[in-house]
Amino acid sequence: MSLDHSDVEKIAHLARMALDESQIDAYTKDLSNILGLVEALEIANTDHVEPMAHPLHMAQRLRQDQVTEKDHREENQSVAPSVESGLYLVPQVIE
Amino acid sequence: MQWETVIGLEVHAQLATKSKIFSGASIAYGAEPNTQACIVDLGFPGVLPVLNEEAVNMALKFGLAVNAEIGERSIFARKNYFYPDLPKGYQISQFELPIVGKGSLTIDLEGGTQKVIGITRAHLEEDAGKSLHEDFHGMTGIDLNRAGTPLLEIVSEPDMRSIKEAVAYARKIHQLVVYLGICDGNMQEGSFRVDANLSIRPMGQEPMGTRTELKNINSFRFLERALNFELERQIDLVESGGQVVQETRLYDADRDETRSMRSKEEANDYRYFPDPDLLPVEINPARLDAARQGMPELPDQKRARFESDYNLSADDAGKLTQSRPQADYFEATVEAGANPKMAANWVMVELGGALNKAGLELNNSPVSPSQLGGLLKRIADNTISGKIAKQVFEAIWNGEGDADSVIEARGLKQITDSGAIEAIIDEVIANNPKQVEQFRAGKEKLLGFFVGQVMKATQGKASPGEVNKILLGKLKG
Repeated sequence: MSLDHSDVEKIAHLARMALDESQIDAYTKDLSNILGLVEALEIANTDHVEPMAHPLHMAQRLRQDQVTEKDHREENQSVAPSVESGLYLVPQVIE
Repeated sequence: MQWETVIGLEVHAQLATKSKIFSGASIAYGAEPNTQACIVDLGFPGVLPVLNEEAVNMALKFGLAVNAEIGERSIFARKNYFYPDLPKGYQISQFELPIVGKGSLTIDLEGGTQKVIGITRAHLEEDAGKSLHEDFHGMTGIDLNRAGTPLLEIVSEPDMRSIKEAVAYARKIHQLVVYLGICDGNMQEGSFRVDANLSIRPMGQEPMGTRTELKNINSFRFLERALNFELERQIDLVESGGQVVQETRLYDADRDETRSMRSKEEANDYRYFPDPDLLPVEINPARLDAARQGMPELPDQKRARFESDYNLSADDAGKLTQSRPQADYFEATVEAGANPKMAANWVMVELGGALNKAGLELNNSPVSPSQLGGLLKRIADNTISGKIAKQVFEAIWNGEGDADSVIEARGLKQITDSGAIEAIIDEVIANNPKQVEQFRAGKEKLLGFFVGQVMKATQGKASPGEVNKILLGKLKG
C-alpha cells in the first residue's frame, strides 16, 4: 500500500501540520516506505488469531470512585501562556 | 406531498460518580474554574488514565435496564479532533465493543399505545471542558473542570416517526437514568443533553433521506421546538426544489431556529483507534451480578405494582411513578396509614399544587409523608371532612404541627353526633320556611342551600354525609 500526495495533504491537515510542497513529497515517500515495511507482515497466516485491542494480554484494572486530587490550579497555570480569572486563554474559537 | 419524519436521538448522560472517569478529580458542579482539573484532565505529558469502577457499574445498570447485550469485553478508543476544550487532542471514547450493545426501550404514547424503540448502543466516554466566549481581549477562556466527567452516550435507532415519539423517548430515557441513580438528570446544568438526527422521506419510501444533526438542546421543550423548526425547514427546502445537506446545526432557543455550524461542515474524520493507555475492560459475571443486585425497581415495574397493589388507575399509577421521589413519597404516605387512592390524589393535586405554587421540589416539601398520612387517616375515619382537611393541610404546611394537633388546637373535629346535627338542622328548617315550602313543591336543588346553612352554622365541622341523610329525612317527611 502506498500513499499519494493528496493523502498526505489530508493527514497533515487533520493533524494541523503546515507542510510545504517539498515536505509533502518527502513524507509521501517516507510514509509509503513505512507502510511497505509493515505490509511484510501480511505473509503471516492469521486465520486463527483473535484480534487484540492491546499488545498486553491483560485486563484493565479499575479505580475506586474516590476524589483523590487536590486543587493545583496555581501550579498548573504557572506554565500556561495566558490566564485570566482562573481560565486558560486561547485564541478565539467562536465563528 | 406527504412526508414521513425519521428521528434518532443521542443522549449524553453525565454519570453521578464522585470523581472523573479517568482521574481522581471531583466532578462537583459549580466549582471555581479549573480547580477540579488535574494533570490527567489537562493532558499533561506522561500521565495515564485509570478507569473509574463506578462508571463501569453505572453503565452496566443502564444496559440491564434496557435489556441490552453486554459483552465480556469492552474497549476504549481515541476519537481525534482539535478543539481548545479538549486538551489531549482526542477524546477517550468507545468505538468497537462498547460497554452496552443492542437493547430497546418501550415508550408510551397518547391513547395508551406503546412503541418499542431500538437502542443501538451505549458507550462510556469523557466529557470535554467548556469554552467561554465572553470577551477576554479577543481571546476565549477555557474551564476544564468538566473535562473528564464520565458520560454515557446512549444512541437510539432511527425508529421515531414523529416529534412526539422523540420527546416521549427522551423523557423515558431521562426517567430511567434518574431512577437508576446513575445521572442527576439536571438539564440546565448539562447533566443530560440530547442531540437529535432528523430526516424526511416521502411517505412509503424505503431509503432514508439526508439527515441533519441538531445540537445544543437543553430542555424537552427546546427539543420539541428545535425538531419542529428543523422539520419545517427541511420540508420547505425540499418542496422548493432544494436538497438537505448533511450537517450539524445548532439550536438557538432565543431565536427559536436552527443554524448551520460552518466550522463542522468538513466531514468529520475522527480516526478512531484503540487507546494504547487503556487495556480492554473485562466484564466478569460477578460484576454483572452485582450490578443486577443493585438495580432499583424500574418505572414500568413500579407502575404495574402500583396498579395491582394499591388498586390505582393506570393513569394515576403512571403519573405517580413519573419521578422516583414522588413514587417514594406516595408509598411513605400510604405506609403512614393513608388510603392509597386518597393518598394518590393528595400527593398529585393538593401537595403537587402547593409545591408548584411555592416553587419547591418534593424533597423540600414542608409536609412530610407521615404528616400527610396522618391527615388522610383523619378524613378516612370521619374526624374531619375533606374540606376541613384542606385547612389542616395548610396549617401543617405552615409548621403548626401534625394533623391531630392542628385539629385539636383549632377545634376542627367533625360533628358526627347525629343528635347535635339534628338540633342544628331543626333550627335551619325553622328559620327558612319559604325554602322548605319550595323544596317540598319539587325544587330539590335547594338541598344544597340547606346543606350550606348547616355547614355555616357548624363552621364546616358537620359530617357532610350525616347532614345530607338527616336533612333529606326531615325535609321529605
